[in-house]
Amino acid sequence: MKNRYNPAVVLSLIVLVCCAALILDQKVNAAGEGKITGTVKLDGAAPHMKGIDMSKDPYCSKAHATDPGHLETYVTGANGGLANVVLYIEGWSGPAQVSNAVLVFDQKNCMYTPHVLAMDVGETFKVTTSDQTAHNIHPNPNPMTGNIPWNQSQPPGAPPVEKSWKAPEFIDVKCNIHPWMHGYFAVVKGPYATTDANGAYTISNVPPGSYTVTAWQEAAGTQTQKVTVAAGAAATADFTFKAK
Amino acid sequence: MRTRLQNWTLLLGSAALLAFPSASSAQLTTFDLETRMGAESHVGNITGHAKDAKGDYRRYCVGCHGTLGDGNGEVAPWIDPKPRDFQLGIFKCRSTPTGTLPTDQDLFDTIARGLDRSNMPQWSTFTKQQRADLVAWVKHFSPRWTNEKPGTPIQIPPEPEVTAERIKAGRDVFARVQCWKCHGVQGMANGPSASTLQDDLGRPIQPFNFTDGTRPKCGDTDQDIYRIFMTGLDGTPMPSFADNIKPDEAWDLVFYLRTFMAQKSKEKELAKQLSLKPVDPNAPVAQQ
Repeated sequence: MKNRYNPAVVLSLIVLVCCAALILDQKVNAAGEGKITGTVKLDGAAPHMKGIDMSKDPYCSKAHATDPGHLETYVTGANGGLANVVLYIEGWSGPAQVSNAVLVFDQKNCMYTPHVLAMDVGETFKVTTSDQTAHNIHPNPNPMTGNIPWNQSQPPGAPPVEKSWKAPEFIDVKCNIHPWMHGYFAVVKGPYATTDANGAYTISNVPPGSYTVTAWQEAAGTQTQKVTVAAGAAATADFTFKAK
Repeated sequence: MRTRLQNWTLLLGSAALLAFPSASSAQLTTFDLETRMGAESHVGNITGHAKDAKGDYRRYCVGCHGTLGDGNGEVAPWIDPKPRDFQLGIFKCRSTPTGTLPTDQDLFDTIARGLDRSNMPQWSTFTKQQRADLVAWVKHFSPRWTNEKPGTPIQIPPEPEVTAERIKAGRDVFARVQCWKCHGVQGMANGPSASTLQDDLGRPIQPFNFTDGTRPKCGDTDQDIYRIFMTGLDGTPMPSFADNIKPDEAWDLVFYLRTFMAQKSKEKELAKQLSLKPVDPNAPVAQQ
């Protein structure tokens, strides 16, 4: 009865293969970096986004007197372009992204601007407030990933809160004082981009090679595509999501 | 045969742990717990050992907190607030900044003090050694204690003398950082946001009502109250105000909060003499 594979041996082999794949994957060239660009669209008409009743806080309802607030689960622009989609490279094993741009997550008119803030693991971002009402900024990651939840107040005129995250995760951000305020920190590994109001994006600084690009939308989920980036050239990956 | 089957489960489990480290933490098993049985705690000059708390935990704690420490004990469905999930390593009562692990002393104090308005009683019948052992036991449930160090406790300056000026200044802090949004202008837990508050697991939660005679969850000394708003109560809507309230102002706020409380105090008397009015939620916003 020895003709069956020993499960322990099979498992160790799988682990070995995985490790080898990880190590071999790291041969990327530094020079002649290309980019990945494309457009993310929503198939069909955008679902109705519910309005928000902000009457609880007179400051918030006044700020939205002419432009009523509504949920931002799906935000579409020209030709069905889908905003707030985060694009990144699956299984990135290159160096961390060095960016001089300061990432800012602002609390403005009792909404989050941007609604989704993408960042690399370990990249610093700032949470600011432009509002004359108190907020509390309360991200709720899963502590088992290594990202630890915290909760800080930002009354009017409060200084920015500077933080970073340790592991890739799509983290829910809330304000308990204004329960409609809801956004995301999209923490990914390696180069990333977020679609603009019309669904367009560009991931720059991608070394030549073959990659799997993942597009993440907060409600519709993820999609992937394989692309090959040539030195100094742009590869294209367009995505179409269906509203759920 | 049964033990052999168990051994295989353990071996496969550990292989899976090596292959998928992120998945391993999501599904804690008794095997993980066995590997952390060496957990220790240090409270004063007492060293607590997790392995020595096994009996006490099974006898006194497991009914609510569960065998795996996830707060799913057999009584858990009937009680509210729900028992703490020790696997997450997130605790309300800390002396450390928001987003950090509490110190062993913090956990030790919580076991001794109990948590008001919950089913967690004061375990004052335990010896200090038993409590220290239980702290080590609580720590062995979360991998966070192996990967992280507890935060550095916040510094609390010596308590100044209570004066009328300080109480008035405390009222200004209360208005500026807008405590009333949840706690209400008279501390009666009836602020505009009070009814929609949820904890981190999405369950409804109430802000503290200063006026109903109950004790604050994390202790009722002036230092305890100071600590609550400067560290926040992690896992709840209560944020940390450490970046927004200076240490001296924090004492003013403690004194002002005392004026809401049912218990007699010097602060309450002074507020009466001053005929202090509640803050006006519609007043122009003060800047930091």
